Amino acid sequence: MREEILTIIEKNSKISIKDLAAMLGSDEITIAEEIHNMENDGTICAYHTLIDWEKTSIEKVTALIEVRVTPQRGQGFDKMAERIYNYPEVKAVYLISGGYDLLVILEEKSLREISNFVSDKLSTLESILSTATHFILKKYKDHGTILTVKKDDEREIITP
Amino acid sequence: MTKELSKKVIDIKPSGIRKFFDLVSETKDVISLGVGEPDFDTPWHIRDEGIFSLEKGKTFYTSNKGLTALREAISDYIKKSINVSYNSDDEIMVTVGGSEAIDLALRAVINEGDEVIIPQPSYVSYEPCAILADAKPVIVNLKEENDFKLTKEQLKNAITKKTKVLILPYPNNPTGAVMERKDLEEIKDIIIENDLYVISDEIYSELSYKSKHTSIVELGGMKERTVLINGFSKSYAMTGWRLGYALADKKLIEQMNKIHQYAIMCAPTNSQYAAIEALKNGYGDIEIMRNSYNQRRRFLMSAFKEMKLECFEPFGAFYVFPSIKEFNMTSEEFAQKFLEEEKVAAIPGSAFGEAGEYHLRISYAYSLDNLKIAMERLKNFIERLRS
Repeated sequence: MREEILTIIEKNSKISIKDLAAMLGSDEITIAEEIHNMENDGTICAYHTLIDWEKTSIEKVTALIEVRVTPQRGQGFDKMAERIYNYPEVKAVYLISGGYDLLVILEEKSLREISNFVSDKLSTLESILSTATHFILKKYKDHGTILTVKKDDEREIITP
Repeated sequence: MTKELSKKVIDIKPSGIRKFFDLVSETKDVISLGVGEPDFDTPWHIRDEGIFSLEKGKTFYTSNKGLTALREAISDYIKKSINVSYNSDDEIMVTVGGSEAIDLALRAVINEGDEVIIPQPSYVSYEPCAILADAKPVIVNLKEENDFKLTKEQLKNAITKKTKVLILPYPNNPTGAVMERKDLEEIKDIIIENDLYVISDEIYSELSYKSKHTSIVELGGMKERTVLINGFSKSYAMTGWRLGYALADKKLIEQMNKIHQYAIMCAPTNSQYAAIEALKNGYGDIEIMRNSYNQRRRFLMSAFKEMKLECFEPFGAFYVFPSIKEFNMTSEEFAQKFLEEEKVAAIPGSAFGEAGEYHLRISYAYSLDNLKIAMERLKNFIERLRS
């Protein structure tokens, strides 16, 4: 049941409890409780909205920053990750296997702000060995949703 | 030209769906519930394989029966899903959709005047294909009180000395009915006693929501007399690729392949390459789609319950078949009025045979949003009719 609820609301968090109950052959109280429990135990962390900012007049610049760090004794990478993710402009921080250690996704209003963040804040942290910043030019698909094209139903209206 | 065209063809009634289609086409901004194909796109890895085959220049005919690798993959898939073995050399052939396989099977088996038992409501092509093959169609009207299953008595009553073939269309379009193992066991002995061939159209086999689909060939003594028809359209959302297949005894496949070889040559080559990928790596896709259909099925059943619209619970395909008896209109009148007043297109049950009268076929191969709006409108509509 949990898995089915999660699969549905991962794509559509706005779906009503009533519809969920109908779709899963359950009742509203059970579904509401299950969701409530998952919110409490941190399985469900937050409800976001996927926005194509390109369609607005608001300027947004997103950068992916590869960060190499020296792990700290007893704390590994966690302490460094924490120092980075506490900045509100940081959208995501992942520990990565391979050529670098942390992948930081940063969202700002302009290129300048991103470069300020990297040169003033990020690179000055002790135990940061290097950073490589990549700017996102266009988002084709985000969170499993294709942003560039809207698909119409091209099927015949009626078929046997 | 003064000479008359084929009388046999002229006498065939045009499909009941066609009439309704013309009506729908004239109406603007229609929400349709009338489609008999998945709303999913063919999974990308399957499409990609089709494209790749074109890039590699695989643009020639294949052998008449289809690519060896595809027939082997079909054989493996069938073995895995129903544990029955078919030899990929001479017991399997690839066709242009399940519909070609239905036509071939009938033409390969029938002699003029043989009777073909066709349970209805069912897919629109069985009866005309039987007529084109010079058979006499014998219609069995399935009953809602039996959940639209074919019962032993109904079958027994339809059999005469001339009966040769039984068409078994489950999971069923348009009712969504399934025949479970126990239901098939019920009719098995009569089929064997009367030495009938069975054409089992199992195109919706992967869309079975109560229990895993049982094929009639799983029952003892049935494999050798059955043409098992399946395909890629419904399970992998590949309707436009036009690819199906038939499994049968090699004597039957040999004759069917003869017609296929002269009439069709072979199924589209790039579709065949894509289909190999579908069978090898498509299991996860089927599961995702099946879950999604099942959720929408439950959603519709719950919506009907709320508006007190009578509907037996169907466990297969992607159709529900509510009854509209209480409104004292034919299904055609109801569908037409529903279209005019609420701009929703649902197919009148009578398009699938007399036994479908006083029902509507509602397809749930649509997004939940779409279904929600349609159910809202259905509710308003029937509330108006009741008041």
